[in-house]
Amino acid sequence: MNSINPGDTAFVLLSAGLVMLMTPGLALFYGGMVRAKNVLGTIMHSFFILGMVSVLWVLFGYSLAFGPDVGGFIGRLDWLGLRGVGQTANADYAASIPHLAFMIFQAMFAVITPALITGAFAERMKFSGFVLFTGLWSLLVYSPVAHWVWGTGGWIRQLGAMDFAGGTVVHINAGVAALAAALVVGRRKGFGSDTLVPHNLPLTVLGAAMLWFGWFGFNAGSALAASGLAASAFVVTNLAAATAAVSWAAAEWIHRGKPTTLGAVSGCVAGLVAITPASGFVAPLPAIIIGILAGTLCYGGVLAKWRLGYDDSLDVVGIHAVGGALGAILTGIFASRAINPAGMNGIVFGGAAQVLGVQLVAVIATIIYSFVVSFILLKLVQATVGLRVSEEEEETGLDLTQHSEVGYAI
Amino acid sequence: MKMIVAIIRPDKLQQTKQALARVGITGMTVSDVRGHGRQKGHTEFYRGSKHQVDLLPKARLEVVAAGEQVEKIVEAIVANAKTGQMGDGKIFVLPVEDSIRVRTGERGGEAV
Repeated sequence: MNSINPGDTAFVLLSAGLVMLMTPGLALFYGGMVRAKNVLGTIMHSFFILGMVSVLWVLFGYSLAFGPDVGGFIGRLDWLGLRGVGQTANADYAASIPHLAFMIFQAMFAVITPALITGAFAERMKFSGFVLFTGLWSLLVYSPVAHWVWGTGGWIRQLGAMDFAGGTVVHINAGVAALAAALVVGRRKGFGSDTLVPHNLPLTVLGAAMLWFGWFGFNAGSALAASGLAASAFVVTNLAAATAAVSWAAAEWIHRGKPTTLGAVSGCVAGLVAITPASGFVAPLPAIIIGILAGTLCYGGVLAKWRLGYDDSLDVVGIHAVGGALGAILTGIFASRAINPAGMNGIVFGGAAQVLGVQLVAVIATIIYSFVVSFILLKLVQATVGLRVSEEEEETGLDLTQHSEVGYAI
Repeated sequence: MKMIVAIIRPDKLQQTKQALARVGITGMTVSDVRGHGRQKGHTEFYRGSKHQVDLLPKARLEVVAAGEQVEKIVEAIVANAKTGQMGDGKIFVLPVEDSIRVRTGERGGEAV
């Protein structure tokens, strides 16, 4: 108990709370963007994941992700049901906080990652198929990738890749799985012709605000200590979000003639995604550049969807896959050991080309693994339980057909 | 007996209702509808995708009154709902076969 630091512990536990808040925040962010008949179905995805993955994590997921290493690929099940995970610290991960605190902080990441994917199949997913897919995904995709990047002995960690809070593990992982889902589940009825428009943007803005707020826990909390590094991560997180929000709005203003609220909040999320891997390695001014690039390139990524023809309903690919990859690459460019001596110097600060190379390896490995395994899981669920509601159910809406509920009884 | 159906701008509703009260009409049904005549719609943007919206919000008023009252009702509506721009709306006059008061069962002209 001697090594437990009360400040660090308080900070990490509160950060875990902040990250938890991001999942209902995501629920509202997505919920406002779908049509009224699907608002509860959309919110239910995130909320149900909060329940299901919280339990799966404790039973299996945490051990698979962070347990003793097997071949650099996965953790052993030594910590099944949190056996051996107690109130003393685990020096491999966080020496000054209880192991349980580290575990529960990580749990919230394991929860929000599959929740991100739900945006890709919004408005047409069968609830039972969603439950089966998500449960399997959490154990077979999230935990392995988390192990590679953050677990002791994980092969990407061994390569020295820098991913402070989950650009690969969370955002590229979810974003690429989302692409697989959009392709396998197929387009919504009326996609491209009908007016599929958000029904409650104020709700979306509320959700985005909760995400921005929670992200301080996501990034600063990843310092795993109430430290100068946490302060640095907090600052760059806010800067990237702010810059990206303005940049996306500006891009829209120039491109379409008007800046939109949806654009501003989408931009802020894109900036938060991009700064995620970089948050513990970059200084404020590079964070501004990251924000500008995220806001503009993710806007472009979202427009590309229309040209490529896939129905990623809520733009998970354009924001999380593109933003995550962008952030991981920019980390290899702007990282500085002056900010975090545990990292490397990026290209701009005299780092070798290999630093950027390792970032690319992490990005590409995540993309390939996530896409392939997600695709297989989706096909498996499609062939057994079924992935998609019937055409008539889609017309009536998920709230009534999947949950026998109505979102707004006015 | 006639039913006067008026489709007007929503922000003219309050003023029109007050004008109708002044000419002695206090019973009416109002609904929120969408529609268009010759008024142009507007464009909405959601993450870069453009949506043309042609159906615009309007207010629909229905008043049932004796035939002799129709002209003064129509005049009150026209005077108060008009802005002079396209989109001011339309008024229709329909014949009504019967009218029944639910509370008492009275029928005909008395029940209007």
